[in-house]
This record gives sequence, C-alpha cells and structure tokens, in this order.
Amino acid sequence: MKAYDLAELAVRNLRESILRNSLTTVGISVGVASLVAMLSLGIGLQQLASKRLRQSGLFDTVVVTSRRELRNFGGRNDDAGPAPAESPALDEPARQQIERLPNVVEAYPDIRFITELRFDNKPHLTMVAGLPFSAKNNEAFDGIQGGFFSADTAPEVILQKAFAEELLGMKRNPGSDDTNVADVARPLLGKELVMRYAERVETPGLNTTPATTTTDQENAGSSYSVISREQPLKIVGVSDLDPDSLRGAAHARVFLPLKLAENLHVMQPSNLRDTTRAFSNTPTYSTVSVRVKSPRFIEPVEATIKKMGFNTFSITDATRNLRQFFAILDLFLGIFGSLALAVASIGIVNTLVMAILERRREIGIMKALGASDVDVQKLFFAEAGAMGLLGGAVGVGLGWMIGRAINLGTNIYLKRQSFPPADFWAVPWWLVGGAMVFAIIVSLMAGLYPASRAARLDPVQALRYE
Amino acid sequence: MVFAQGSHQNGCPVVRTHEVCRHYEMGQTVIRAIDGVSLEIRSGEFTALLGTSGSGKSSLLNLIAGLDRPTSGSVIVSGNDLSKLSRQELAKYRLHTVGMVFQSFNLIPSMTLLENVELPMRFAEVDRNRRDGLARDALERVGLANRIEHRPSELSGGEQQRAALARALINQPKLLLADEPTGNLDSHTGTEIMELIRDFNRSLGMTVAMVTHERTLAERYASRLVFLADGKLVGDQANASPETVGKQAGGRE
Repeated sequence: MKAYDLAELAVRNLRESILRNSLTTVGISVGVASLVAMLSLGIGLQQLASKRLRQSGLFDTVVVTSRRELRNFGGRNDDAGPAPAESPALDEPARQQIERLPNVVEAYPDIRFITELRFDNKPHLTMVAGLPFSAKNNEAFDGIQGGFFSADTAPEVILQKAFAEELLGMKRNPGSDDTNVADVARPLLGKELVMRYAERVETPGLNTTPATTTTDQENAGSSYSVISREQPLKIVGVSDLDPDSLRGAAHARVFLPLKLAENLHVMQPSNLRDTTRAFSNTPTYSTVSVRVKSPRFIEPVEATIKKMGFNTFSITDATRNLRQFFAILDLFLGIFGSLALAVASIGIVNTLVMAILERRREIGIMKALGASDVDVQKLFFAEAGAMGLLGGAVGVGLGWMIGRAINLGTNIYLKRQSFPPADFWAVPWWLVGGAMVFAIIVSLMAGLYPASRAARLDPVQALRYE
Repeated sequence: MVFAQGSHQNGCPVVRTHEVCRHYEMGQTVIRAIDGVSLEIRSGEFTALLGTSGSGKSSLLNLIAGLDRPTSGSVIVSGNDLSKLSRQELAKYRLHTVGMVFQSFNLIPSMTLLENVELPMRFAEVDRNRRDGLARDALERVGLANRIEHRPSELSGGEQQRAALARALINQPKLLLADEPTGNLDSHTGTEIMELIRDFNRSLGMTVAMVTHERTLAERYASRLVFLADGKLVGDQANASPETVGKQAGGRE
C-alpha cells in the first residue's frame, strides 16, 4: 500500500473512534509535555549558568603573562642582560603570534589604570579599562543602554551602571538592584566627560645613550617623561555589566576602546620597568587576555602558549564539573519526564489492542480482499505513529506553555525577593524536534505488538466473528 | 490482471484440488472439515457447491480463496500451488486472482460505497486518479451510480451485496467466489443478485464458484452442481438446463 493511502486510512480509522483515540493522544501529549518541560528547565538552567560564566570570561579566557615579570615578582633585580630565550617579552609581535594560534578568537592586552574623570566639573577617581572591539558581540553587553563604540579609536566611553549613578549623584540602596539602566543612561548618553591622565612620552635622543635614565632607576634602553593630558570623551553607552565580572577588565567601571587606550600611552600602574624597557620599539604588555572559541580549547591553547615561553592562567576543571553536573541533571529530568510518556505508551498499546478486537472483522475483510500482513501491520503502525505525531506536536506546545508558566511564576517570586529576573527555561529547536521524534518512536514501539498481532490475525476466524 | 473475457478459455482448468484435507483440532478430537476432495473447476464454469451446514462447502471455498491452507493435499489455481505460496504471495493471489462475496456482504461500515470498492485497488497500489473512475464504473455496472457516496448502513441488503460484487471484481480476478451470496436476502433481491452473477459469468466469462444450501437456486443458475457431505465429495453433475431464456448455457461438460 502506498504511503499516502496508508496515512489516509490510518487517519480515517483514528477518526472512527475519535474519543478514545483523542484520549490516548492527550496521554501522549501530557507525556511529551512533561518531558519537554523538564528538559527545557534543565537546559534553561544550564544556559543561564553558562551564560553567567561566559560573561565572567573565566572559562574561555587564558590570561598570559611574561615569565620575566614573574621573576621580578620573585624579587630578583639582577636582570641586566637580554632576556633568556625561554622567556620572551610579551610584546606586540608575541600578541599577534598568540592571536594566530588555532582556535584563538582574539588576544588583547589588558590596559587599565586608575585616573580622574571630570563630569560636570566634579572629579571622580575610578578604574578605566580598555575594551576590545570584539566585546561588542559578546553577551556581557546585552544589557547595554545606548550603543557600543562607533570605532576602535573613537573618543568614546561606556560607563558601568554604578559609576553612572555616581556621576549623577544617585544614592544606591545597598543590596538592591532596582534602578533601571535606562533611567540612569537617559541623562548621560551623548554627554561629554573629560579624562585626565598621565601620558608617557618618549624623550628623544636619550635612548641612544644607555647610561642615561630619567624617572626610572632601572637600566632601560630608553627614557620617558610623564605629561599630564586631558582627553574629552563622549558617553555612548551605559552597561549593566556586573563590575566584578572578569570579562575584559575586572573591576573597571569605565571602558575605553582598546586601541584608543593603547594610543594614549597612559602610565600604567603595573610593572613600570617592563613597560619602559620595551617602550623604545614595540609596546610590551603586562598581561594579555586570550579568548578561545570555546572552553574545550582552553587546554590545548594554554599548552601551546606555555611552550612559547609564557605563563598562563585559566580555570578549566570547574567547567568540566559543571558540564558533568548538568549532564546528570538533564538525564534525571529526562527520565522523570519520560515516565509520563512511558505511561502514555501503555495507553497506545491498550487503544490499539482494543481497536484490533473491535476491527477484527474489518481486518478479516481487508485480508480477504488481498491486504497482506505487511499492509495490516503498516496500517496499525501508521495509526500509532499518527497518534505519536499529533500527541508530540500538542505535547511540545503544552510543555512550552508549562515551562513558560513556571518561568513566569519563578520570576514573579524573584521580583518579590528583589532579585533580577532570569530565564530558567529554554526550548531550543532540537528539543522541539527531538521530543516529537521521540514521541513518534515511542508510539511506534507501542504499536509494535498490536500491529504484529493484527497482521497475524487469521482471516477465516476474523470473518466468522460476529 | 488480464481481463478474463470471452468464453474461448472454456475447458482449461482454473482450479484443481487434489486429495485436499482441512482438519481442525478441537481439544482431543479432530474435525475433518474437508477430507480428501479432488475437484476441477474449468474456466467459464458456474459451479455451485451444495451441502448442508457443516458439510465443508465453505471450508473448501476458503481453501480455494487462499484464506486458509490445507492440512494436506494441494489446491492449484491458475498453475499456482497455494500451499506453497508464502503469506505475502497468498495475499497477492487473493488480491489479483480471486474476488469474494459473502453472505453478510462484509462492506466496511465506516467507508462509503466508493471507498469500499476502491479499497482493493489501494492494496494493489493502483494510481489514485485512476481508482476513482474505475470504482465509479464498477458501481454503475451494478446499478448503484446514485448511491456512490452512501455508507453501507444506508442501503438495503441487495444494494450492499451489489456493491460487494463490484468490489470483488474491481481488480479483474479470474475467479469469483461467492459464499451464500443470497443467504441474507429475500428471494426477490436474491434473484437479482444471482442474475447479476450469472451476467458476469456469461458476458465476461467469469469463472464462478458459489456456495449455497439452496438446491433450487443452484439448479436455476449454475452450470454444474457439486455436492459435499461430511467434508467429502458426494456428487458432481452438470446442470444441463439452468433456467435460461434466450441465451445458451454455454455447453459445459
């Protein structure tokens, strides 16, 4: 029998005892709904957790430092000669080399400094950090008001919400997170503030005479002056990024475009000697953050960078444990969700066995007319499959609504407890498709016994049966 | 699916049973429904299988129809030994080689007449757009053109049996098997059905085997009478003068 005819017959048979088949289908729907609701909860929680982690930048970032620096941390000040081969300088060529490694998204130097920002003629001292342009696309800035930098060197700033509040002279209630970013951003966007900073300026000619040093007593091959500068900056965005987040720059409350920050040659509080030493030619960095495509590339990238002669730092074990935890959580949620579907599949068996008893004669007639065992078997399979398909479709919708309701209820509760709202629940497309396929497979498996029983039915006996 | 038309095929055997037995085990006892029947039915014949209830006539018909398998012996139809066919092949045989009508019509109640007649063509995987026309033609031929969209329950017994006949012949079988086709009908309607069957036998040269317990009916329409008792063949005679007016009986035997 052709597939279309089979489907048509199956649907008409299902319609014949509409109530019973509907009830069976509802059973499948409830099963699928519980599965979808459970799994969407698990997936949602996982996404929430990993989003928070991704925003923190902990798990896809390797922090690279020079070994020389470490040596200095150790207190050895006898670093007179050129650097040993195994500890190259963490300078621009090194950064580029790291950036070209496979699976590395970007490698950018961490530039941060504490400086004074004047707004409305009032000085505010805060930590300023350079922000790579690529940060535009990461979730950390999902909640931004205004926009991202227009260019990598644009004289623009993005303020952290708490700092924006400070500029406006707003008082925060400790422990509450009630102020809306949009409210804070509105009076600030487009306004200008002035950054006062100290610029390192190379003193020309002095680097030709190694004996001469200026501010630094170290044996650098160059010298520089520190000049006070002012830079007007336009406020383009206010972010609700958690100030404690590690993405980009920890604890910074004001962000500049990274290239702009580099070009300003701001005096950095970190290891003065390193900066000065390399100042004559290419910039040297105290730390470079390397972002990799996904947490699983952390280890190989880290190993490669170590081989290049740098120190690295990352957190990997934690993600592995986390993933494991969620895999187990999803498994349990899935099992609980599937229980209802298992019960529903017994409903299918029951319905189809009943249908065989009722349609015994009809099966006999079809066989007498020339229907093969396979035709009859396929027909019952098609009926089971149709119930599975319909039940799956309705169930996915139902599960979606249940998940939605749970999420809504939780968020109402969270709001009462003064927590920010969050999505605990996610229904990705693969779950929609997977749940339906699963429903059909379970239904077909449930149809296995009735279908083969119907197929084996002896036509002579079936026709005798009145 | 060759249209078995014309009476030129007369004489070559369509059905041949050889010492065929069908035994059922009922607890300790063995019921011999068919017990060594050897019979030959030739192309174009209208054979009536007569006997009292329990004589085995329906069992024999089921064996010829490929609905049942013999315990021993052979049933050969159009050169196929039915006992050697697989279940799948036997289904194909029922689909294309034989058409059946029953005492209780056996139309599927949830389907319209058109759908009922179309059903065997679904199993035969006949193209959808051809099916509709063929089924309408078949229903027209049995005089049910205006009942096409009706369900069996909306029709009289005679109309149902005519629809069943249309269905039995829709895949152009070689052999029409009828199991007490008039058993549930009043004599007037029964006569109509019998005349329709005879018409198929005459005009299309359709080989017919009919089970009945009414001897008068058999004598009126059949060209050959086969008697069964206790699963055995007890008589086989040509019915030289079936009640025919105008047309010849088509000299058999």
